[in-house]
Amino acid sequence: MQEIINIFVRSVFIDNMIFSFFLGMCSYLAVSKTVKTSIGLGIAVVFVQVITVPVNYLLLKYVMKPGALSWLGETFQGVDLSFLSFMVFIATIAAMVQLVEMVVEKFSPALYNSLGIFLPLIAVNCAILGGSLFMEQREYENIGQVLSWGLGSGFGWMLAIVSLAAIREKMKYNQIPPALKGMGITFIVTGLMSIAFMSFLGIKI
Amino acid sequence: MSGKNFKMLSNPFNLQNPVTVQILGICSALAVTVKLKPAIVMGLSVIVVTAFSNLVISWMRNSIPPRIRIIVQLVVVATMVILVDQVLRAFVYDVSKQLSVYVGLIITNCIIMGRLEAFAMGNKPWPSFIDGIGNGIGYAVILIVVATVRELFGSGTLLGFKIVPQAVYDAGYINNGMMIMPTMALILVGVIIWIQRSYFKQLNEKE
Repeated sequence: MQEIINIFVRSVFIDNMIFSFFLGMCSYLAVSKTVKTSIGLGIAVVFVQVITVPVNYLLLKYVMKPGALSWLGETFQGVDLSFLSFMVFIATIAAMVQLVEMVVEKFSPALYNSLGIFLPLIAVNCAILGGSLFMEQREYENIGQVLSWGLGSGFGWMLAIVSLAAIREKMKYNQIPPALKGMGITFIVTGLMSIAFMSFLGIKI
Repeated sequence: MSGKNFKMLSNPFNLQNPVTVQILGICSALAVTVKLKPAIVMGLSVIVVTAFSNLVISWMRNSIPPRIRIIVQLVVVATMVILVDQVLRAFVYDVSKQLSVYVGLIITNCIIMGRLEAFAMGNKPWPSFIDGIGNGIGYAVILIVVATVRELFGSGTLLGFKIVPQAVYDAGYINNGMMIMPTMALILVGVIIWIQRSYFKQLNEKE
């Protein structure tokens, strides 16, 4: 249990998707103009992340790892499909995003309209695929840890985008050099925010 | 090569640069730039993947049903990335270890999906191929600039060779540890955008 909470706290604050791995930067920069839409997108990312990471974990464990197919019989003992992991991960993600899109469209048309093009683009959000790839690389042991990593990484991403959106809303009234306006200052603000998050590096858990 | 094709190749260097103007593919651009060597390898991989997936999608563009085009594109890109990943593991294993998950993340690199959607779906194979190479190079250039600055000031080396002489260290010079942190990658890209937009005023955002 303690391990699970540790993974959650680590993935939100220390291994934050945006500030230490730069994953999902494209939608992070493009959608963070207002707090409201960024909360919506954040929730969508958490949701997709919580579903796809465990599903990919199960696929990895029971289908793709070397010897994972041994439950099919002796002949499959030596099969190693791990080179297919990229393809399987992205297929799962694309399918899940399609599912989420349909659910959101049905139950919350307002959110659906405000997310617009960005909902289908979650499929190509690096944070989602990155979550699955880090899950493979770090070799989590059980489904609880995987779930906690999925939830934590999604939540960390949401925290980052909502706080950036809040800063950008305030920044509208500031005098910024014309060449730095828009993307330039957003990058620098993100850099400064990541300095703040560096202070969590000292925590040992 | 005709003038139009050359323009397609040269535009992404500056006024249509995928990273600093279109703000695409930032994730990997920032993460692999601590050292110059992984940045170069990453740049080359992206050039290869963009060019060939543009080519393949452009060949298939008339037979892809529009509703499932994203999935078809993802499958093509994923195939290319698997090939690149296997080649990297076979020939430059240490760099492939340093790049870790970021090779896989080429699949979701927005530059590739962006070019497929915006160009390859509506153009002939040969121009698409050129467009892919151009955008790949535009991306690689930014990667190399950021990586050069970060490695030179962060570790005092370039491609692993010592550049800053020992005498300078003896005189009290210290490597800037901040450059190795993720933070400086963000700020450097911000500064590059700033410089570029100061020279080319038409790129400034109006709000």
